[in-house]
Amino acid sequence: MLGLGKKDFILLGIVAALVLLAPFILNPFPADSALAQFNAGYPDLMQRFMIFGIFAVGFNILFGLTGYLSFGHAAFLGVGSYSAVWMFKLLSMNVIPAIILSVVVAGLFALLIGFISLRRSGIYFSILTLAFAQMSFNLAYSVLTPLTNGETGLQLTLEDPRILGVSQTAAGGIPVTNLFGMEMRETTTLTLGGWAFQFNNGYYLCGALLLLAFYISIRIFRSPFGLMLRAVKSNQTRLNYTGLNTKPYTLAAFVISGMYAGLAGGLLASMDPLAGAERMQWTASGEVVLMTILGGAGTLIGPVLGAGFIKYFENIFSKINDNVLHSWFHILPDSIENAVIWVVEHFVGSGWHLTLGLLFMLVVTFLPGGLVQGGQKIGRLFRRRDAAAKATQSTPAE
Amino acid sequence: MSKLLTRRGLLKTGAIGSAGLAMPTIFTSAAHAFTNAPTGGSVTLGFNVPQSGPYADEGADELRAFQLAVEHLNGDGDGGMLQTFSSKVLEGNGILGKKVEYVTGDTQTKSDAARASAKSMIEKDGAIMISGGSSSGVAVAVQGLCQEAGVIFMSGLTHSNDTTGKDKKANGFRHFFNAYMSGAALAPVLAKNYGTDRKAYHLTADYTWGWTQEESIKAATEALGWTTVNTVRTPLAATDFSSYITPILQTDADVLILNHYGGNMVNSLTQAVQFGLRDKVVNGKQFEIVVPLYSRLMARGAGENVKGIYGSTNWHWSLQDEGTKAFVKSFGTKYGFPPSQAAHTCYVQTLLYADAVARAKSFNPCDVGAALEGYEFDGLGNGKTLYRAADHQCFKDVLVVRGKENPQSEFDLLEVVEVTPVDQVTYAPDHPMFAGGSLGACNPGA
Repeated sequence: MLGLGKKDFILLGIVAALVLLAPFILNPFPADSALAQFNAGYPDLMQRFMIFGIFAVGFNILFGLTGYLSFGHAAFLGVGSYSAVWMFKLLSMNVIPAIILSVVVAGLFALLIGFISLRRSGIYFSILTLAFAQMSFNLAYSVLTPLTNGETGLQLTLEDPRILGVSQTAAGGIPVTNLFGMEMRETTTLTLGGWAFQFNNGYYLCGALLLLAFYISIRIFRSPFGLMLRAVKSNQTRLNYTGLNTKPYTLAAFVISGMYAGLAGGLLASMDPLAGAERMQWTASGEVVLMTILGGAGTLIGPVLGAGFIKYFENIFSKINDNVLHSWFHILPDSIENAVIWVVEHFVGSGWHLTLGLLFMLVVTFLPGGLVQGGQKIGRLFRRRDAAAKATQSTPAE
Repeated sequence: MSKLLTRRGLLKTGAIGSAGLAMPTIFTSAAHAFTNAPTGGSVTLGFNVPQSGPYADEGADELRAFQLAVEHLNGDGDGGMLQTFSSKVLEGNGILGKKVEYVTGDTQTKSDAARASAKSMIEKDGAIMISGGSSSGVAVAVQGLCQEAGVIFMSGLTHSNDTTGKDKKANGFRHFFNAYMSGAALAPVLAKNYGTDRKAYHLTADYTWGWTQEESIKAATEALGWTTVNTVRTPLAATDFSSYITPILQTDADVLILNHYGGNMVNSLTQAVQFGLRDKVVNGKQFEIVVPLYSRLMARGAGENVKGIYGSTNWHWSLQDEGTKAFVKSFGTKYGFPPSQAAHTCYVQTLLYADAVARAKSFNPCDVGAALEGYEFDGLGNGKTLYRAADHQCFKDVLVVRGKENPQSEFDLLEVVEVTPVDQVTYAPDHPMFAGGSLGACNPGA
């Protein structure tokens, strides 16, 4: 169906179900329980899951298929964000033109950078992209301040000359981003017992676009074009010797993944109309590499899982403070409590990077194929047990 | 036709339709008049401070102050400044009888991360007020977010003119002083000590605070007759300033003005001293360094190098008024050392918010804002202070300080040279350095 094989269609269906039901799945604990700390079902984080999912899926088209490791993808995300915010400032608060412009601008930017960087491969390519990204960051940070507002970030003001729409609402506020009048930030809350599930318009827009992005990514993976990209990964020299020019293929992959990043950037700005230069910093580029590898490079769903994993840690673990720890461990005697907290506090709050780093090391060491490989291992374990169970059943006792 | 309209089909549609009609009773979207109206016996405040990055020291101290403020509001501890505060509506039973709870987050000194963290406080934890921040870029970004979301933003340490200038917002309030005030307070002292024909060289942190501070100090010193040789911008994330300091030696500048704060200032000042700038004699005058925005935490980081260096500060723990004494006592009892100016402003902002809610008898951001606007108070360590309605900026005396030559303890690093009276640092709301923005209308959200 939809031009997909049965397996891929099921995968798409699973992702669609996850996206649709995320507000329930991510909110497993009642709002007033102590474990509510671990709930992730609030609009901002769910939007981030989707947006960085798109970013990672796009990155995976380049890295997973061709093996070209770009260390500068955040530049496209940043460019997308700036384009979107400028669209909001100048044209309209509708997210559609903003998203389209961000994808187009990021695509053009990727074409330029890709054309130059793809003259080299391997580590040299990585360094070139890193250099370009850092250059873009510095441009946005200080040189192009009138265009980007430097470190503060580009924001909407009450004096924006919006061609389609008003500079400020009747109440004197800045108008909010919308999709044909449907406000992105509007959230409906469903209260069931102790649970409060939040359904946010912006989240579902991000979710729909993630599904679209995911679908396109599956099609690319299964297409002859995707096969060619895999051939580039396995042995580019051999391809060149057979008389094939691989550059158009790698450049196309680079531009497509750049456009994915632009879409993610545009969505970030659509959900929260601000674009900061730090979105383009090399650490942000590194983050998407981590997401892809953590989830499983070259697999379809891996990058989405990796993105969710990292964003969860960033937003949930970083908010656990001393106070929360004391409430968890208050049953222990004072001296032990303080000792336990002294140890644990290095891994939560501002120390969340440490926890993430440890997990990353564990995943890379024991599951080189990422979280997806972990899932497969568990799956195989169950299947083997099933098979074993069947085998014992089919041999009747003497 | 008969195929489309059957009895069974009609029943089905009817059932779905009535289910749809029943929906609004389950979905409670606009049930409250404003965002995160507190239900139950507690109210949640969000403290968003840098726990990593160049301002992490300030952030840690801010968090201590917030915890202390919450303790005092809930009636624990010795009450601190609640006893000296000119307003007496806070009784130590929380805010409007609701127990104060709080959540914390890490801004990472990045606008994006700060907004994400503030958003999660508003959307997930139901915070009704956001406070904190140790960088003006972050403060401006989070203030914008709070305006959109419909909660009050009580900014912590933010010194840029823009926070209550071109980026001011109806839901945002600043107790801390600003770059203009630093310039106005510092310039006469500099003229008295260093003369009126100096050549200044600026190193400036490259973001909103650095820009406005450079502009303010430049304007104030040039009005005295100083000339500005050059202004160089340095990235906020920079840790090595040697490549910015060596060019100074090639110029005929005789004063270096460091528009740096936090870890930036500690590094740039230390390196400037190591390069021998303070031992130089240029144009027959001793080379001097000025740090317009000073804090004790930075002075401690820079150690010996701060001796004799002038700057300005919002507040200092060695002040002798009753409010300061009460605050230093309770902070010292709890943590074992005196609070920094960042801690002071955050503590005061939390009390001011609670007080405004209590006076307005409402958590609605618009009522709280109205209660803060034009409010005059005393007893919070800065003498008589006014929250100006036109731009939500506090007006109070500014301290000019100098690094102490013979410190008595590791906390006794700065001495107050002059208390600049409030009239000398007051400006019109439409002053060119603050023009270009408007408060807009207050937004209660929901």
